[in-house]
Amino acid sequence: MMAGRAQGAPKISLDVATIRKDFPIFETGIAYLDSANTSQRPRQVTGAMMEYFEKYNSNIHRAAYRIAEEATERYEATREKVRDFINAASTKEIIYTRGTTEAINLVAYSWGRKHVKQGDLIVLTVLEHHSNIVPWQILAAEKGATIEYVDIDERGELRQDQFRELLARSPRLVAFGQVSNALGTINPAMEMVAAAKAAGATVLVDGAQGAPHQGVDVRALGCDFYAFSGHKMLGPTGAGILFGRRELLESMDPFMSGGDMIKTVRLEGTTYHDLPWKFEAGTQAIAEVIGLGAAVDYLSELGMAAVRSHERELTEYAYEALSEIEGLTVYGPPPSRRAGVISFSLEGIHPHDLATIADRDQVCLRAGHHCAMPLMTRLGVAATARASFYVYTQKDEVDRLVGSIKEAQRIFK
Amino acid sequence: MNSTAADDQFYREYILDHYKNPRNFGRLENPDISHEEDNPLCGDVIGMDFRVKDGVIEDIKFHGRGCAISQASASLLTERLKGLPLEEAKKIGKADVLGELGIDISPARIKCALLSLKVLKVGAYGLAASEGEEE
Repeated sequence: MMAGRAQGAPKISLDVATIRKDFPIFETGIAYLDSANTSQRPRQVTGAMMEYFEKYNSNIHRAAYRIAEEATERYEATREKVRDFINAASTKEIIYTRGTTEAINLVAYSWGRKHVKQGDLIVLTVLEHHSNIVPWQILAAEKGATIEYVDIDERGELRQDQFRELLARSPRLVAFGQVSNALGTINPAMEMVAAAKAAGATVLVDGAQGAPHQGVDVRALGCDFYAFSGHKMLGPTGAGILFGRRELLESMDPFMSGGDMIKTVRLEGTTYHDLPWKFEAGTQAIAEVIGLGAAVDYLSELGMAAVRSHERELTEYAYEALSEIEGLTVYGPPPSRRAGVISFSLEGIHPHDLATIADRDQVCLRAGHHCAMPLMTRLGVAATARASFYVYTQKDEVDRLVGSIKEAQRIFK
Repeated sequence: MNSTAADDQFYREYILDHYKNPRNFGRLENPDISHEEDNPLCGDVIGMDFRVKDGVIEDIKFHGRGCAISQASASLLTERLKGLPLEEAKKIGKADVLGELGIDISPARIKCALLSLKVLKVGAYGLAASEGEEE
């Protein structure tokens, strides 16, 4: 069944060979190096979803019959699993969304439109994914607010000196990623949140690349909002999470409105439902949320310390192997300061050509701007190739990537 | 690697040749038409300068950067366009460009292959960008 941890004593590394048996997709022979994009899903996740479809498929929060009660119960059970996973104080602080993008948009819309005013400063960073830039640009344009971006240094790490200077200007909001999806940079989130809070800002942390790979303790982190996606952490697409501090969520108006988010609707007006349902209008992604619950169970069983330790070992291995290749440039910080993501370029070979050649070897590699065009511009490149790892990634897959790179160099020599 | 033959077929010798030694690469001074298009998804950029005399493309040069497919496709297209009457150039379509490349292009790479055609359509014909894209 579940792999990775012996009864009683916590194990630091993962039993990858056993874990891989839970992922039928590897029987196809692919080397999957695109987990920062979307992860693979184990049988436990797809099985939980199939069980819903085949045994108790029904709508939640409405019907009085038995299978609908079971659906509601399982759907709500994910909330408690997630609360525990991120150590939130209450399930009222756990809002289901379609993913990180929707979670950030929810905050930009419901919190931002209420609290951000003309002349306010919003602080973002040049490392951000488009989903943590565009919603704020739209908000800033609408409200007449200003956005400033924290730059990176030559190692791809945020310039903390510049961050402090921006905090001195008392920003209304600070939003940044826990881990950069394009470079793998692990930001000093604890220190940054503490400094931003001390400066009086509301703080959103984009945990899309953080929650799946190193986990989070939102109470220790101290942020106001934390957003992440289920599909990057072994769960299905279409289910993600917004954590928000309760008093903030209470003060916000709904994002979407309609069924299920109401208490009473009269022709004269409506009273909204309590948290968290106030933010969950319409029929939800029930199977996906149940699948996300199974994914959280799976990761919790492995232990996030073991997940991080495995990825770190693999990243060191890959970093070394790639650095040895002539004409290859790795972007970003040294392996000890990065997550399981390696962005690189090859002299004379466009990333798309490399990805096409790798694909012939069944090596799944991302090539492009990784939804981080401002960062690509900052690095002075149009695109990079990116290999990213997860709990099921093994060294053999890294070796296959190295083989594809050498093959590409042979073809393009 | 066990799929060398397939790779070589995709990156045929003459495609690599056009990539490494692009024909008509550079800029024209005082061109009659100059237009540039990009594919933001992969950062490919292709621009073309045309000199047109008596309805004939007398000279053409292209510039830009990108993957082997986009650059080779542009190089091949300029070879075809040079000396061609505009009326004839107008007849060049998607199938011609892909046929000239002579390889099986996956849906993900089709925009790379057709970027230079888009430059031709939008620039030389003055068609709206959206129409060029549809093409």
